[in-house]
Amino acid sequence: MRILVNGAWRELTATQLAAALEELGYADRTVSTAVNGEFVACGVRAATALAAGDRIEVLAPMQGG
Amino acid sequence: MLELYGTALRSRLLLGTARYASPAVLSAAVRAAGAEIVTVSLRREGGGERSGQGFWALIRELGVRVLPNTAGCHSVKEAVTTAHMAREVFGTPWIKLEVIGEDDTLQPDVYGLAEAAAILCAEGFEVFPYTTEDLVVAERLLRAGCRVLMPWGSPIGSGRGLNNLFGLKAMRAHFAGVPLIVDAGIGVPSHAAQALELGFDAVLINTAVALARDPVQMAGAFARAVEAGRAACEAGPIEPRDLAQPSTPVIGTAFRG
Repeated sequence: MRILVNGAWRELTATQLAAALEELGYADRTVSTAVNGEFVACGVRAATALAAGDRIEVLAPMQGG
Repeated sequence: MLELYGTALRSRLLLGTARYASPAVLSAAVRAAGAEIVTVSLRREGGGERSGQGFWALIRELGVRVLPNTAGCHSVKEAVTTAHMAREVFGTPWIKLEVIGEDDTLQPDVYGLAEAAAILCAEGFEVFPYTTEDLVVAERLLRAGCRVLMPWGSPIGSGRGLNNLFGLKAMRAHFAGVPLIVDAGIGVPSHAAQALELGFDAVLINTAVALARDPVQMAGAFARAVEAGRAACEAGPIEPRDLAQPSTPVIGTAFRG
């Protein structure tokens, strides 16, 4: 299904967030996630179902002022 | 000693981590500044990228505390969600709360700021709000649960120093017991020294160090300026006068009378 990942449409086979992150190459990464604008904690990613058209944000540490 | 949310700190210079020429320069600047707190952020990262992971490893190696920000957020919702994400990634309840209201000056949206601060304080965050010198807004932030305030000196990255001296002095006088950190707009070490001389508890610097011709040397210069400004504040500066007052005793002056 088509999911918007960090502003770009991606075709994913995963149906829940943890699997989607693995499919996208984030498996061993320090990242934080939100789905449709709502924070999704690491511990509940596997229980977070995805639907076509969902918007995922995957954020990583970055320099900041 | 400076205390922020129960954490005692020797350094009164907080350093931003953005815009350095390389990770090595950033590391050296943090060390030269003697900073114990650095600000960090969160950004989108693709599955094939590794820059964020490398940056986070570098910060952990430095052994400093991190103050994550919500830079770039223009709404309460964005700022609150970003704060939650930052708390998980960086493992700290500290959040430098920015809700930007205007893009030319990056002036905070103080209405959104107060609303987001109330939400986050109620959820156990220790909020460092990036605000203006407005006393009414500051009072709202304190009532919301903030125990530190971060008034701007001038617009972010402008290097214009303390733009509203009267307002900043009034803020310092009005909130005598509240840690106040001047955040944004400081361009040279004398601006930082001035903030500390006025009684501000600390300064947060980024662009003025990162974009200096020699960021490491500039970080050291800021460290010494902050130390000097604090020492001067503790020593009790004299009040300015409009007319001259001789410093050499006039009694016994030759050729008089």
